Amino acid sequence: MTTVAVKPATFAQALNRALRDAMAADPAVHVMGEDVGTLGGVFRVTDGLAKEFGDDRCTDTPLAEAGILGTAVGMAMYGLRPVVEMQFDAFAYPAFEQVISHVAKMRNRTRGRMPLPITIRVPYGGGIGGVEHHSDSSEAYYAATPGLHVVTPATVADAYGLLRAAIASDDPVVFLEPKRLYWSKDTWNPEEPPHVEPIGRAVARRSGGSATLITYGPSLPVCLEAAEAAQAEGWDLEVVDLRSLVPFDDDTVCASVRRTGRAVVVHESGSFGGPGGEIAARVTERCFHHLEAPVLRVGGFDIPYPPPMLERHHLPGVDRILDAVARLQWEAES
Amino acid sequence: MTVMEQRGAYRPTPPPAWQPRMDPAPLLPDAEPYRVLGTERAAQADPELLRRLHAQLVRGRRYNTQATALTRQGRLAVYPSSTGQEACEVAAALALEERDWLFPSYRDTLAAVARGVDPVEALTLLRGDWHTGYDPYAHRVAPLCTPLATQLPHAVGLAHAARLKGDDVVALAMVGDGGTSEGDFHEALNFAAVWQAPVVFLVQNNGFAISVPLAKQTAAPSLAHKAVGYGMPGRLVDGNDALAVHEVLTDAVRHAREGGGPTLVEAVTYRMEAHTNADDATRYRGDAEVEAWREHDPIALVECELATRGLLDEPRRKGVQDAAEAMAASLRERMNQDPALDPDDLFAHVYAAPTPQLREQQALLHAELEAERDRA
Repeated sequence: MTTVAVKPATFAQALNRALRDAMAADPAVHVMGEDVGTLGGVFRVTDGLAKEFGDDRCTDTPLAEAGILGTAVGMAMYGLRPVVEMQFDAFAYPAFEQVISHVAKMRNRTRGRMPLPITIRVPYGGGIGGVEHHSDSSEAYYAATPGLHVVTPATVADAYGLLRAAIASDDPVVFLEPKRLYWSKDTWNPEEPPHVEPIGRAVARRSGGSATLITYGPSLPVCLEAAEAAQAEGWDLEVVDLRSLVPFDDDTVCASVRRTGRAVVVHESGSFGGPGGEIAARVTERCFHHLEAPVLRVGGFDIPYPPPMLERHHLPGVDRILDAVARLQWEAES
Repeated sequence: MTVMEQRGAYRPTPPPAWQPRMDPAPLLPDAEPYRVLGTERAAQADPELLRRLHAQLVRGRRYNTQATALTRQGRLAVYPSSTGQEACEVAAALALEERDWLFPSYRDTLAAVARGVDPVEALTLLRGDWHTGYDPYAHRVAPLCTPLATQLPHAVGLAHAARLKGDDVVALAMVGDGGTSEGDFHEALNFAAVWQAPVVFLVQNNGFAISVPLAKQTAAPSLAHKAVGYGMPGRLVDGNDALAVHEVLTDAVRHAREGGGPTLVEAVTYRMEAHTNADDATRYRGDAEVEAWREHDPIALVECELATRGLLDEPRRKGVQDAAEAMAASLRERMNQDPALDPDDLFAHVYAAPTPQLREQQALLHAELEAERDRA
């Protein structure tokens, strides 16, 4: 039996390969943003694309997020498939008007005549010691906007598979890239093209029967670590990776919770108005009679993203997750 | 010698980046708006063009009065009239080739109609429907844009994409004086100039952004002057002079098509009516100002030239008016019919395929509608 050389690849390299494969497969795919050309992106996700495909296919734009996305709208109107890089989460806010008023609504406003197949790549979240305005978790803003798909991979394989799906989608996709996972590694078989993952399907990353941790993006590795630690306490946790906030995979999530009877939603963004509240409500509505305890949320605090020297207190870690799991041994107060 | 004195004596050659990179003089607009009608140049104008402009102006004026009347009857939720600005609207449409694109703002229904969009469909959004009515690709007219200036970067992106594909397509984007204060205006002009995109920006400076006069909007010598800072030519034109606007826009479109890059055109005009039917213009401007502009009416200016050259006899004038009247009658009649609305459409075009959540909500709506029918 011959063994294929399997080499490790990082999350960022998987994204890079997804962009390269998409550009090679379809001349309509154009990458644009700040520093994406010669520099290859501040996280090197677009490394080598300008050299391989030319400046017209991988374009360094002026420094203006609304302008980047606004011109991408026009390019999509003319049949291109722009992939836009917003350099950091909090720098994407100037483009919000374009996202909400045009990108999300154009298909609807034109009764399907003018779909905008734009992929908006947003490096998001903290944990890398970024200074202020470099670590926001902005997913709730996008998820609250009808017309957008909101996708966030947590594994190297999904980084590739979901980005390919996002670029191929005829709908606009906000593609949230967890910054602290850019350098995470997995094995990679160069002989086999990685799998393209359809958007909208959650997956159980670990199976267990005591309770379900529902999570996505940067919090997945933390939840898997927490699940290992909980094993020692006699808790066998299932970990569900949502992968997509919109559309939301109620079926996979609720099938798990109905089996375990207990659930904790874990994410990095603030708790109030964050995706956890919505997810907890959905799970409660659909699984009420199966629940042994209220659905709990473990999120960041409801504070502006803290300075790097204090961010470890803000980010939900293993202890905070295990505390929540302990609280799932619910006893009604008299 | 002290350290400071040594520094004072230090006069290095400026690095290359400090040198002016372009002589701004050719980009500067003229001090006065460019005019043709009422000057000797008008005599050279093509009679057919003058007649076409005239017919379109009369038709456009009638469209404006009819649409305004429809707001009073409750058939239109709102109508931002372009009465007084018809020359800009008509010239915008006539300056373009069929393959070009128009990016109108909410006040530019006339330009869309002059480009071939169905008069009723152009009013779909304004009557309160959820969609833009017309197919943007049918006449290459982008959806009327309500947020201010956000359609300008779209025009830049489309023109840029067309050039990348090797098509000699030009995009003409329209915006008001108030819109020039928006960030998207700045970003669009900057992108267009850096990319040398084949775009023409037409600013209709009608004096007011709802109630705020131009002097409170900008401190620039003119809106056309803003072009220089981006590295594109700025042109200032009399926006009520249909011939002048047509000539300047045609030039700018040709310049863009030939690879010369973008142009910013400021057309100085005046909105004779209020911002919309919901606005009271007497609160912020006086009758004398309005009357002065009435003397400079775009239709009267063209008619004067046509009459001087013997190009407008009574049968012709009547023919133009009858055609406009017929358009208005058809518009009135069709707008007085209740549109067919299907609540299912609410879910049909949010995504390429509805999400499971939208399918659930659609089922909920169906149940509600069924219950409504049972009660009736």
